[in-house]
Amino acid sequence: MRNVVETTPEGNMVLNVGPQHPSTHGVLHLFITVNGETILNLDPNIGYIHRSIEKMCESLSYRQFIYSTSRMDYLSAHMNNHGCALTVEKGLQVEVPVRAEVIRVIISELTRLASHQLWWGSLAMDLGALSPFFYAFREREMITDIMEETCGARLTMNYIVPGGVMADIHPDFQRKVKEFIVQFKSKIGEYHELVTNNVIFQNRTKGIGILSKEDAISYGCTGPTARGSGLSCDMRKIYPYSAYKNIQFNEILETEGDSFARYMVRMREMEESVNIIEQLIDNIPEGEFLAKTKAVLKLPKGEFYTRLETARGELGVYIVSEGGTTPYRIKFRSPGFSNLSALNHMIKGHKIGDLVSVMGTLDLVIPDIDR
Amino acid sequence: MENEPLLNSLQTGFPETATVMGSDWPEMSIESTQLLEVIAKLKGSDDWDFNYLFCETCVDWKTHFTMVYHLSSTQYRHSMVLKAKVDREIPQIESLVKFYKTAEMLEREVYDLFGVQFLNHPDLRRLLLTEDWVGYPLRKDYYDPINMIKL
Repeated sequence: MRNVVETTPEGNMVLNVGPQHPSTHGVLHLFITVNGETILNLDPNIGYIHRSIEKMCESLSYRQFIYSTSRMDYLSAHMNNHGCALTVEKGLQVEVPVRAEVIRVIISELTRLASHQLWWGSLAMDLGALSPFFYAFREREMITDIMEETCGARLTMNYIVPGGVMADIHPDFQRKVKEFIVQFKSKIGEYHELVTNNVIFQNRTKGIGILSKEDAISYGCTGPTARGSGLSCDMRKIYPYSAYKNIQFNEILETEGDSFARYMVRMREMEESVNIIEQLIDNIPEGEFLAKTKAVLKLPKGEFYTRLETARGELGVYIVSEGGTTPYRIKFRSPGFSNLSALNHMIKGHKIGDLVSVMGTLDLVIPDIDR
Repeated sequence: MENEPLLNSLQTGFPETATVMGSDWPEMSIESTQLLEVIAKLKGSDDWDFNYLFCETCVDWKTHFTMVYHLSSTQYRHSMVLKAKVDREIPQIESLVKFYKTAEMLEREVYDLFGVQFLNHPDLRRLLLTEDWVGYPLRKDYYDPINMIKL
């Protein structure tokens, strides 16, 4: 354990940011070496909420382990479940009903919207603007209400089971989603007026924390973080899964690589998510929502890997099966872990105040990093 | 490249190693001593250009460890799996930090949870667990009477 404040032999000061700093959104602990206000080095100390989900999953059945993954990236809980279900289905070679695939994608995109709205509100709050948080929660509340009706929970939905979804959608689902879309479209302009066009906000994000495309590749960055650097890495486009095969949407790319570019990617992604939902919401096919599977699932011997896009980037689910009812080894390649590893590179030479804006635009969720 | 031509070109490029088709992508198995040489060839070649390490992990097979590297190319959009066998008594393998910067954190995690030593790693410390933690939890023979719940 290091001292609270220590001085390096060169006369630079080592400061602790966190583990309870409000801008880290969880228990992230950073050792920063500063000379005056300039950050020379940053060393993340993670693991405060490491629950060893990978080890836990080794003793859970293929039906059970999916639910522990909701607790990794809790803002993309549905997408984490989706990745696990896709991997298990790949192993079992189960055909998922079309209706379930469409429902899964609609809820995925709603989750992405909810996640990005929370990110938007809290980023503005980190930078000193308190009111956007309430604006973001006004729309986010509508999504969580939809989730509550259909999935039974507001945040960790646990709606997906291998072979489909747990229950059919609520009769009000389509009406409420359409209401949300109307509300969101009329309010997105407010978001831009409040934050995007704000001069103070632009000064604090433009040209700050630049990540080049080469570094994004080398650090294994994914999601909006890498797309802000011009790296095309949207798994929905590259390896289309579920209903993404049949819909038209654009991959959002910005080329500047600074905090503002990452911000703009997420803002434009929200509009793209609404576009995806609009294409699907009136075209939910009739039929079964759950394929018939055996009561006890046994994956054949082998290795299965799924790559999919969560709100934060690429989630990889790697299952090694020995033919039993539980996974032999399971690995979650979490997007936040790799994105965090690039933080030291991005922040070097910037001031302490910029750390908040760079961390905010990385959109770190600590349980996702610690697992 | 699609999986089939990629598999063929890997088999031609590395005739002495075993390359087979896995469930998703071609899988190549090598000895741990060959790692740097193989990675340099995979990353440096214009035909393959495996510049993106998207997953690096380890599997404990009780008799030995297997390091599993998932590589892909951002240019050609193809992926492959590279597996290196590591001795369980003296778990040592070369680090990939000089090829992929993401390996620094990923290898620290593997070191933390499996105890695999990465040679020439710039900063090999425990990552998730505390410095004084005894044992490597993701090994199959790890036992902790206090913190582990048996289901």
